[in-house]
Amino acid sequence: MKSDEIIKSDHKAVLDMVESNSSVLDLGCGDGDLLELLIMKKNVRGQGIEIDEQAIYRCVAKGLSVLHGDIDTGLSEYKDKAFDYVILNQSLQQLKHVETVLFDALRVGKKVIVGFPNFAYCRARLRLFFRGRVPITASLPYTWYETPNLHFLSTLDFLDYCKEKKIKVERKVYLAADKRIQILPNFFANIGIFLISK
Amino acid sequence: MTKAGVGTIETNYFTFASQQDEFILESKEKLCPVVIAYETYGTLNKEKSNAVLILHALSGDAHAAGLHKGEDKPGWWDNMIGPGCAFDTEKYFVICPNVLGGCRGSTGPASLNPKTNKPYALDFPVITIGDMVAAQKALIDSFGIDKLLTVVGGSMGGMQVLAWLVKYPERIRSAIPIATALRHTPQQIAFDEVGRQAIMADPDWNSGNYYEGKPPDRGLAVARMIGHITYMSDISMTEKFGRQKKNNKQPFKFTADFEVEGYLRYRGDNFVKRFDANSYLYITKAMDNFDASQNKPFHEVLSGKSLKVLVIAFKSDWLYPAYQSKEIVKACKYAGIETSYCEVDSTYGHDAFLLETKEETHLISHFLKSVSQKRGRA
Repeated sequence: MKSDEIIKSDHKAVLDMVESNSSVLDLGCGDGDLLELLIMKKNVRGQGIEIDEQAIYRCVAKGLSVLHGDIDTGLSEYKDKAFDYVILNQSLQQLKHVETVLFDALRVGKKVIVGFPNFAYCRARLRLFFRGRVPITASLPYTWYETPNLHFLSTLDFLDYCKEKKIKVERKVYLAADKRIQILPNFFANIGIFLISK
Repeated sequence: MTKAGVGTIETNYFTFASQQDEFILESKEKLCPVVIAYETYGTLNKEKSNAVLILHALSGDAHAAGLHKGEDKPGWWDNMIGPGCAFDTEKYFVICPNVLGGCRGSTGPASLNPKTNKPYALDFPVITIGDMVAAQKALIDSFGIDKLLTVVGGSMGGMQVLAWLVKYPERIRSAIPIATALRHTPQQIAFDEVGRQAIMADPDWNSGNYYEGKPPDRGLAVARMIGHITYMSDISMTEKFGRQKKNNKQPFKFTADFEVEGYLRYRGDNFVKRFDANSYLYITKAMDNFDASQNKPFHEVLSGKSLKVLVIAFKSDWLYPAYQSKEIVKACKYAGIETSYCEVDSTYGHDAFLLETKEETHLISHFLKSVSQKRGRA
């Protein structure tokens, strides 16, 4: 079992949002660390979807149920409210069809947890404003030519979007350097994690 | 993973169905007696909870692992079965039966018809994948095994796995269909039909009555050659043969000049030594007629079942393309079954399920571990 020290802060935030013994679908589950954590700490029934073949092998080695595939097309086969939670942690900004996936996630999950890097983070702003360069930060670590990210949004952008689409935001967690941010989160947080529902 | 890690193995024979208690096929026709050839590796534990049923493909047989006495060719999945392998014989009890309708020890068209004391030939009733599985269930019953840890197989073996899910879901804790399909597409049926036509066009076939004379070796060899083409991929053939010629001699008209020609002829000629042409007809027909969702949608068959499924497909497999495996996955998703799916990046084509044993070992060994543990928790 993992010690608390090495649990990533975003994983900790997700862990706090998920109720015990629930069912979870993790979209873009990567190596399955978050899913494994949720199973161990919250006894969830977990299912992952991941596009990278090598990551699938690592998930299977952890005993996880994981499907090799594209999340842009992977949700339509699930029944309504098939899961208590659908998680899109650090994968929302990499989707081709954000809106389709997000609404399908809200259909398939009773609640959805979305976590993404905040483009309006102060260091990103500074780099863009003073240096005239595309931000490279802890949560946006890629150069422009190798980034897997397709969408760049701030936490306020996301909240505006939820308001416009009448998506209920139940909980908000803002993080920077493993600390929770309470003041001016769209400026001081580099990661936002939201518990939403329709 | 050592070759022939299970050592010297003997094939066993299980006989069931009698005059009073005949084996009733899906066609309602009856068969008795029924013999199923099978091999086992490892030891059945006291609780009888560690049994794995391995199901072979079209040309396979019960000899999945180890060596037969005096032979040097190991079983068809030898790398996967043995101490420390995917199907670890130190943990699991592995059973591999030859299919009903086959010609490698199980009852099939070449077997003696007790009513005539001659081989059945075309008097052998039409059999289905479901019949094969029903016969396997009788074998499992004879061991006193209530629930199999898993059923696993590639290609036609995968169809049998799906049939187990449909017919006897309460008798399995997990299922591993590999490089298979819920049903054949017209293209798959077409290749099978060309194989059948090759056999039936051979005058030696003689409407199936060749057991006292010369068997239709040419036709069966051609059927096998066609099969082999579909089991490979463009890339794997190029890598294996290129346009390499067998020798530099001035070619004579229509000899096997290219290596690929020689290979196919060799494969065809070898196949006829161990396979019965009528069995080939019956078994390919069973595959073509198979439809896992015959009576109701496949997800309805699965819904509410507490079992785990691992689906494996291979990227270059064009005979059973990955999209067919994804259809199985879709049904599992809809039914809410805990499922894992991996599309292994392989260039071997359909043959990959016999060759990509490293990836399969990783996926299957961990999957079986989690299935075993799940039982502990429940």
